[in-house]
Amino acid sequence: MSEMKKIKNLKEFSTSADRFEGANLLCPGCAHSIIVREVLNATNDDLVLSASTGCLEVCTAVYPYTSWDASWIHIGFENGSTAVAGAEAMYKALKNKGRLKQPDRNPKFVSFAGDGASYDIGFQWISGCMERGHNMMHVVLDNEVYANTGGQRSSSTPIGASATTSPAGRVSYGEKRNKKDMVSIMASHHIPYSAQVSPNKWKDMVKKIQHGFAVDGPVFINAASPCTTEWKFDPKDTMTIADLATDSLVFPLYEIIDGRELNITYRPKNIVPVEDYLAAQGRFKHLFKDQYKYLIKEWQERIDDNWAYLQRREEARV
Amino acid sequence: MAFDKMELNDIEVWDGNFAAAQALRQCQIDVVAAYPITPSTPIVEGYAKFLSDNYIEGEFVMVESEHAAMSGCIGAAAAGGRVATATSSQGFALMVETLYQASGMRLPIVLNVVNRALASPLNVNGDHSDMYLGRDSGWIQFDSYCPQNAYDLNFIAFRVSEDHDIRLPAMVHQDGFMTSHTAQGVTTLTDDAAYNFVGDYKPMNDMLDFEHPVTHGVQTEEDWHFEHKARQHNDLMTKVLPKIQEVFDDFEKLSGRKYNIVEEYETKDADVCVVCLGSSVETAREVAGEMREKGIKAGVIGIRVIRPFPFEQIRDALKDIKAIAALDRSSPNGAPGMLFNEIAGSLFNTDTKALLSGYVYGLGGRDLTKAHLVDLFTELQANVDAGKVTTPLQQFIGVRGPKLSYL
Repeated sequence: MSEMKKIKNLKEFSTSADRFEGANLLCPGCAHSIIVREVLNATNDDLVLSASTGCLEVCTAVYPYTSWDASWIHIGFENGSTAVAGAEAMYKALKNKGRLKQPDRNPKFVSFAGDGASYDIGFQWISGCMERGHNMMHVVLDNEVYANTGGQRSSSTPIGASATTSPAGRVSYGEKRNKKDMVSIMASHHIPYSAQVSPNKWKDMVKKIQHGFAVDGPVFINAASPCTTEWKFDPKDTMTIADLATDSLVFPLYEIIDGRELNITYRPKNIVPVEDYLAAQGRFKHLFKDQYKYLIKEWQERIDDNWAYLQRREEARV
Repeated sequence: MAFDKMELNDIEVWDGNFAAAQALRQCQIDVVAAYPITPSTPIVEGYAKFLSDNYIEGEFVMVESEHAAMSGCIGAAAAGGRVATATSSQGFALMVETLYQASGMRLPIVLNVVNRALASPLNVNGDHSDMYLGRDSGWIQFDSYCPQNAYDLNFIAFRVSEDHDIRLPAMVHQDGFMTSHTAQGVTTLTDDAAYNFVGDYKPMNDMLDFEHPVTHGVQTEEDWHFEHKARQHNDLMTKVLPKIQEVFDDFEKLSGRKYNIVEEYETKDADVCVVCLGSSVETAREVAGEMREKGIKAGVIGIRVIRPFPFEQIRDALKDIKAIAALDRSSPNGAPGMLFNEIAGSLFNTDTKALLSGYVYGLGGRDLTKAHLVDLFTELQANVDAGKVTTPLQQFIGVRGPKLSYL
């Protein structure tokens, strides 16, 4: 049986066995490494991991070094989820055939990918993995931009963000389209568990990851990953930005059970204005010019509307 | 649950697809990740049916694209078990990115490629355009001429690919429809004999060995990338052909069927010779025999191993031939032709005075008839008699309208 790890406090959590080493090339202040550590530290079971091409991959497995003290694979940009699915299929085959070297283990299969590798180029591969019912978890490190290639817009980039392929300029406020609702799309595969998490709410995250590890079948996790480089904030402020994201409800924390039952898992005591979240990041700086201020109002309305929708869905218990 | 063995007749009437599916069953593949495409689909359908009927134990992962099929195979192979799949044409083209990833990660996977034309225009019939697309991908490529070969070469491919000195993926090619859907007599191996020949899978750097975590698929830049690629290439050039010969020899001991890296037919005293691939080899052999009755000393060389290309064997086989035709079943799209180029490269820096001409044929499943080959051998003999190439360097066989020949 799977062992559920007991974690009492942040100190104990942060000092538990590292299968993802601090020795990596990620930017100071990058949330990716915090999220990965929070996911891996949620279990003591063995791990089979993948990373799709992206910041996490290029910064943690540069030959002849590796930051991973666990089985790990990278193939390409779009297919990290399917790499883990293939390994999980082999696990099942060898288990049935009695050929596992350590048959008493209960490994967890986890693929990590950025939003570009999940919302865009890897979308079909992830959909396939979720639909086929592999016993695996896909975790999106959602920094809302192609960070590894230098800040191009993805389908996770929100309205008004300035990205290198949707730059703000004299006649443009930057990205024109709203972020794709990936959690709903994945939940619509009727997978047993999908959830949105944020590294600042580590207890909420660990609870959800452990729930995901405990269920039988595919699990989808969308993790907010504030990007100091592309969101343009001071590296020391990563958790402050994450707090603003969750407390302004720009990034609400919730889970969807079996593709239907939605539970909000974090209700901020004091809801922060969206304006504060936007003002803290250079990528939204231009929105504070007079000509674009209407967009801040629209942002607030959109976030209010989404929060109302989530609450209605939660209440409806459908 | 133990699986059931299957009683086979000594000779079964199988098409190439079913022969390959039976070979996969007998090799007891652990994971097949696959996506359907004509004409290769019956291979993976066969695996699925064997699984459903308990003739095999394993996992069949029916993915959402050929790219995902090979991605799943890579993950499964890295996890540590026997892996195979099949594809054709557009699916193979979609898979190309992952072919390089599989070979660069030194993962033994066997891919049955049932060769078919590439769009546009869309075409489901056999030619070698897709085969040529894989030739720089770092895979070993075996070529079948008939269903018997498609059966036998799968066992051979696993033995070579999974050898710890090799650890490179391998393709087994067969011609779409001409081989894949043409039923012929196939001499079988018993389940036990076949499995014992291939042997148990011996894991290496397997991700499911949790006591020895491995990082697969790393990043290397200008400091290491060259060394990895050069060593992989060098292994292909130096280790693979001797290993294939060793496995061919073992297979002959088991089955009595002799395979050669380059399959020579009546070449010892030949003046003129055709070099080709796939089901055309058998047609060319028949015509060569008939040309000999007419006094033309004709021979045929079939390439059995396309990658690594057998330069030395080709050089030796062709050293006394006076006129050679390279037959490419693919539009070279801006070059003389894959086989033409490789044969020219093999003969360069040798003492040969052979006259080499190129022919493009059979695109999109157009038949190569015996009459075409009679004309071709006759042209080669004319080249011998004239002491020079009397035809254009590159000709199309059986194309309608203008001849479109070149140089």
